[in-house]
Amino acid sequence: MRKGLHPLVMIALIAMVTLAGRALPTWTLSLATIAASNALIALGIVVLARTGNVSFGQGLFFAAGGYGVALIANTWGLTDAMAQVIVGAACGGLLGLVIGPLIARYSGIFFGMLTLALSMVFYGALVKSTALGGSDGFNVGRPSLFGMSFTDPREADFMLYAVSVIVTGFAGIAATILFRSEFGLASLAVRENNLRVEYLGLSANRIISINFLIAAIFAGASGAFALMAQRHIDPQFAYWTTSGEFVFVAVLAGNQSVAAVFVASMALELVRSFSNLYLPNTWQLVLGVFLLGVILFLPRGIGSLWIRDRRKRRIPAAATLTAERGAAP
Amino acid sequence: MTPVLSVRQLEKRFGAVVAADALTLDIPAGQKISLIGANGAGKTTFVNMVTGYLKPDSGTILLDGIDIGRRSPRSVARLGISRSFQIPQLFVELTAAENLTVAISGIGKRMSLRAPAEAQGRRDKAVELLERFGLADLADRPISELAGGVRKLIDIAMALVRRPRLLLLDEPTSGVSAEEKFVTMDRVIHAVAPDAATIVFVEHDMEIVSRYADRVVAFYQGRILADGEPAEVLNNQEVRRYVTGGVR
Repeated sequence: MRKGLHPLVMIALIAMVTLAGRALPTWTLSLATIAASNALIALGIVVLARTGNVSFGQGLFFAAGGYGVALIANTWGLTDAMAQVIVGAACGGLLGLVIGPLIARYSGIFFGMLTLALSMVFYGALVKSTALGGSDGFNVGRPSLFGMSFTDPREADFMLYAVSVIVTGFAGIAATILFRSEFGLASLAVRENNLRVEYLGLSANRIISINFLIAAIFAGASGAFALMAQRHIDPQFAYWTTSGEFVFVAVLAGNQSVAAVFVASMALELVRSFSNLYLPNTWQLVLGVFLLGVILFLPRGIGSLWIRDRRKRRIPAAATLTAERGAAP
Repeated sequence: MTPVLSVRQLEKRFGAVVAADALTLDIPAGQKISLIGANGAGKTTFVNMVTGYLKPDSGTILLDGIDIGRRSPRSVARLGISRSFQIPQLFVELTAAENLTVAISGIGKRMSLRAPAEAQGRRDKAVELLERFGLADLADRPISELAGGVRKLIDIAMALVRRPRLLLLDEPTSGVSAEEKFVTMDRVIHAVAPDAATIVFVEHDMEIVSRYADRVVAFYQGRILADGEPAEVLNNQEVRRYVTGGVR
């Protein structure tokens, strides 16, 4: 098992990145906030992918978190950014708690298609719901933090940037601890052979459900960030292309490193922003070429740049071993 | 001796094929029992029913008096029946020690989401189990790098983690060279001995059967053709005709 960075080093890194926001130009703050928010939901997809299942419908929990926060903010005047993140995570988590055990019985393409179908059902319901603004959605007010209001746009952007980096960073630490835990190892075992896992007395469905719940919590919190950044919500949050973007980030990152998810998300946002700026009519082409390049040259994701495949590393030793021992112990 | 496993009138059909035909069998504690029979005789179906993978059409399977005939593989494993497979079922991208660690995780009621998988206690236990099979030096090797015979032993080691009441081994020496099959079986018997488990092993090699089994049960077309001491069963005329083909 890989050691990776110590959690205390990670906390120091989060503090550094947060403080670095003070020196960043304003436009990068918004971009980094969106990148951190997308990284959070993509991290959930990576958590789930470790069980061998990919959700193509994380937009469902993303929208649930966003709409939950927006409704509570407009009804009860809840504007605190941290409280909104917690509410968003709770909304996503509650939905994940209901759907997870039902969907955990399926695997592979069936799992992916079911998640996609559920998100599109939710999208359809949102579009038809006039109480929730239908296809236009509705607006919410500017978030505050611990009783402080931010009228200066630069300060408001920095606050949101700081909260998103801190929350996403701590989610990354939690994911790292989870990946190294016995539960994390059992999740990898489920991906490879869930029947064998059952024969060992473990519940593969429960392992998938818990990972699904974690992914839903992350998605709900990410929805809250997206809402705070845009101060508007509409059914597009649940649309399949939105879910697809998060899967893109997860694919770009690979499942070997938590840090890779953040790097992939930021890289995607940068490529998207610059190509949109300099090639406004063909920016999708640039984005597509970038994705193709990563898939072709880094098939195990951006994380493989600094985490080497241990099988490749050990091939010479393995060859010797097999030759020496043959089929017998 | 009190039977660990008691099977009564067990039946299983796959369409027109009768895989288990009124099987009745008692397996006392501490015995090493070999199941023999030609391909399709019903040995693996029997093992699959006992371990919860297949549900019998009728009949009862009692483990220490508890009916396990309708239980899932997970529930059966938790009650004390473990198995290994003809084709080892391992997590090939994980190391040998990690495979054992996953098995060790299954012992507790809940798995920790925080406790490191490589915590010393678990690691020590995993290495101790590998040591029993003489494989401790391979603890950090990914399974994908290991030879078939080694995988077979690790598969059995994983089945041993729960210290089962009944251990079912599906062809433990298949795929192992003729020179190494006794060495492999000696290691298995030696490794299982500390847990004093009752062992049922499916085997096609009659040399292995006659050397290691206390009792032999011969299957033919879903029925038990003969049941008794190895010499008696292997010399049975019907067994020689339908199962061993005259080979001793």
